[in-house]
Amino acid sequence: MNQILAKRPLAPEVTLFEIEAPRIQRRWQPGQFVMVRPLPTSERIPLTLVTSDAVRQSVTIVVQAIGKTTKELAALEAGDAVADFVGPLGEAASTTKGERVVCMAGGVGVAELLPVAKAFHDASNHVTCLCGARSDNYRILDAELREAADVVEWATDDGSFGFHGNVVQMLLARNKPGDFTVGHVIGPIPMMKAAAEATRSWGLKLYASLNPVMIDGTGMCVGCRVTVGSEVKFACVDGPEFDAHLVDFDELARRNRAYRDMEQEALQHQCRLQKVE
Amino acid sequence: MAPEKLPYKPNPRAPRAVLPVLEPRRRASTPEEVALGFTPEQAIAEAQRCLQCAKPECVNACPLHIDIKRFIRRLAEGDAVGAHEVIGEQSPFPGVCGRVCQHELFCEDACVTGKKWDPVAIGSLERFAADHARLRAHELSPNGSKKPQGPKVALVGSGPASLIAAYDLVRLHYRVTIFEALHKLGGVLAYGIPNFRLPREILAEEIARLQNLGVEFVPDFIVGKTATIEDLFDEGYQAIFVGTGAGLPYLMGIPGENLTGVYTANEFLTRINLMEAYKFPDVSTPVRVGKRTIVVGGGNSAMDAARWARRFGSETIVLFRRGRAEMRARLEEIEHAEEEEVQFHFLAAPVALYGDENGHVREMECIRMELGEPDSSGRPSPVPIEGSNFRIMCDTVVAAIGQAPNPTLQKATPQLITKRGKIVVNESGETSLPRVYAGGDVVRGGSTVILAMKDGRAAAEAIHEALSS
Ligand SMILES: Cc1cc2nc3c(=O)[nH]c(=O)nc-3n(C[C@H](O)[C@H](O)[C@H](O)COP(=O)(O)OP(=O)(O)OC[C@H]3O[C@@H](n4cnc5c(N)ncnc54)[C@H](O)[C@@H]3O)c2cc1C
Ligand SMILES: Cc1cc2nc3c(=O)[nH]c(=O)nc-3n(C[C@H](O)[C@H](O)[C@H](O)COP(=O)(O)OP(=O)(O)OC[C@H]3O[C@@H](n4cnc5c(N)ncnc54)[C@H](O)[C@@H]3O)c2cc1C
Ligand code: SF4
Ligand code: SF4
Ligand code: FES
Repeated sequence: MNQILAKRPLAPEVTLFEIEAPRIQRRWQPGQFVMVRPLPTSERIPLTLVTSDAVRQSVTIVVQAIGKTTKELAALEAGDAVADFVGPLGEAASTTKGERVVCMAGGVGVAELLPVAKAFHDASNHVTCLCGARSDNYRILDAELREAADVVEWATDDGSFGFHGNVVQMLLARNKPGDFTVGHVIGPIPMMKAAAEATRSWGLKLYASLNPVMIDGTGMCVGCRVTVGSEVKFACVDGPEFDAHLVDFDELARRNRAYRDMEQEALQHQCRLQKVE
Repeated sequence: MAPEKLPYKPNPRAPRAVLPVLEPRRRASTPEEVALGFTPEQAIAEAQRCLQCAKPECVNACPLHIDIKRFIRRLAEGDAVGAHEVIGEQSPFPGVCGRVCQHELFCEDACVTGKKWDPVAIGSLERFAADHARLRAHELSPNGSKKPQGPKVALVGSGPASLIAAYDLVRLHYRVTIFEALHKLGGVLAYGIPNFRLPREILAEEIARLQNLGVEFVPDFIVGKTATIEDLFDEGYQAIFVGTGAGLPYLMGIPGENLTGVYTANEFLTRINLMEAYKFPDVSTPVRVGKRTIVVGGGNSAMDAARWARRFGSETIVLFRRGRAEMRARLEEIEHAEEEEVQFHFLAAPVALYGDENGHVREMECIRMELGEPDSSGRPSPVPIEGSNFRIMCDTVVAAIGQAPNPTLQKATPQLITKRGKIVVNESGETSLPRVYAGGDVVRGGSTVILAMKDGRAAAEAIHEALSS
């Protein structure tokens, strides 16, 4: 049983959960994720491992409630258990040594970025985090990031904090080719694609952590396939991190839209059921 | 000693009893089981067709060596519970095997009655015994409540290979733990084979028999990820059996394969069987089955995917590059698919898929084949006929063209010797690592439930030998 030890709201719709998971705590590495089913009727969804605590034998995940399953998870409280919690899955994020690294994230991606930024920093790289949020009150984990990185800068869509605009616009406004030698990007697909396009000619090795729809997360369905260069890869076992300059982001976006109408239907069905109760 | 006289006269000439089935029209809208099982009268009549041979070939041919002759005798005398007990000496899974075992290749192929007439319907009789003894199943467990105290053995994967190994080991008092990557137990029996062939209560009850005997099940645990083989040894397991199956689907490798609406059989069946997408939106996992589905392949996965597609109301075509005779699926499933109006296009293979402006599959381009010389599988090889391309409109495609061994454990255990992904073992099932055994699909590639069980049993015996000497 994986019990929720603590729950903390970070921003509107974004919640941090600390979950008891001794084995995962012992073995996980930055960049890896878990498959979670909040309830026995839920989908299996992938969520990134953010931090861990050896004493409490726990790991933390941060979830943005955007659809049926993430809302089911967000509705659970400390003391509840999640139906299933399996991992750690995927490969660890690549890190380097002695490089100037830029870590870019938007939205809930900032939480997913935290362990990667920390890993780069621990491996003696100079780490700059460029983070994006809709608005000042949507910024998450700022203090934790500042502890993990050398520089942390924020961009907000409405200009209420830091740079007025998105992360990639901030990168282009404040940096030039040569400032960074390695990068990592995680967030919404259009943002990752824009980051890849913006840095294509920079001679920068850029890793993107992809978020395709997953079913099992263990490499047995190929539903999570992505095209990288001319190869088909399984995001759940070969990734989730790939060379951003080789990823076919348009295909990824199309595949992630495949169930949009049914996801809406599931959400509305759930709302109707709640009204009946 | 003269053979004991039977209280009835065997009648092998009587026509083989026909398994009652759900009417094809009723199947269209339900996941209910299709084959309904013999009535008691049918079971007795069918059991009395058995000659009670002095040297029963059927028993040898069954990879589990179920005492077929003796259980059929019990049935012939109307004692289903007694028959179930006899089967239980070798196998706690008659409800599963009676439904999904490819008996036409094993026991029924060897049955002497089949030389002149039809073979005795051993598989269906096995199922009858299981179904009629179901409610008493918990009482039937040998050495019931005693907790096993022997050495600890870990079995990886909860498919048929591990399940039978667990049964054999726990009866020898080993403390057995089964680690399963998914949240449900049974391997392909749980995520691959549809409810309409194997109702989930039957599987759950037969697995519960193992739990009653003291076998511990740990779902959501991936060996190679959650813990390694070395970790398990460190935690006191004295031997490890790897029954991780062949769950890695092959892709067709044709243009358009990543369009939406294109599934592997594993994804399609996992969504529907494991995640119960047929109950959507009451459960959350969706599956998109369009107006016309093309399933590529000719094995059990292809039949299962096609028959599910029919139940979602889709016009369904099975496209197979060889002929009907070369299909690998169980005969019964092919027949049921035909009754359900699945269409078959033989001697054709896909070469490309085309999508609409949203990237959803719309059309398949195929090429016709002719049969040539036998290939490595012993079947005539399909040879493309140049210039014979044609197109079919479709909005769902399922690739059911086979599977390779699950790689996760091997990847995390590089010392383990493999050959094209398959774990290499010696005759007793031992791998290149001491005290690590393997069997079933991870050794054979795609195979059958009963051969996986045969391997699990052989490994259990080898483990017992190693740990008791
Ligand atoms: C490796 C990986 C790590 C992730 N880490 C996090 C994280 O740390 N925090 C977080 O909030 N989110 C994370 N996500 C995204 C998260 O899994 C999805 O938001 C979630 O599955 C949506 O489910 P839903 O039922 O609530 O919404 P839905 O209504 O089902 O979907 C909303 C959108 O999410 C995407 N999505 C749907 N189902 C899946 C699925 N099974 N897998 C992936 N994406 C899906 C689709 O693009 C869809 O449009 C991660 C995804 C991946 C692949
Ligand atoms: C759709 C379909 C229908 C079929 N129909 C029939 C049929 O009617 N009759 C028949 O005889 N055969 C049939 N087969 C073949 C048969 O199911 C297999 O040969 C058989 O299940 C193999 O058994 P197994 O124990 O080797 O592995 P599997 O049944 O494949 O089970 C392996 C299990 O191991 C788990 N696993 C994998 N890796 C790990 C890991 N690292 N850690 C923990 N767990 C792990 C998997 O999740 C899985 O549950 C069918 C196959 C398919 C795909
Ligand atoms: S397990 Fe298979 S081979 Fe053995 S008796 Fe049953 S149907 Fe026949
Ligand atoms: S071979 Fe056939 S007839 Fe003979 S004992 Fe076996 S089932 Fe009966
Ligand atoms: S999610 Fe099934 S293979 Fe990756």
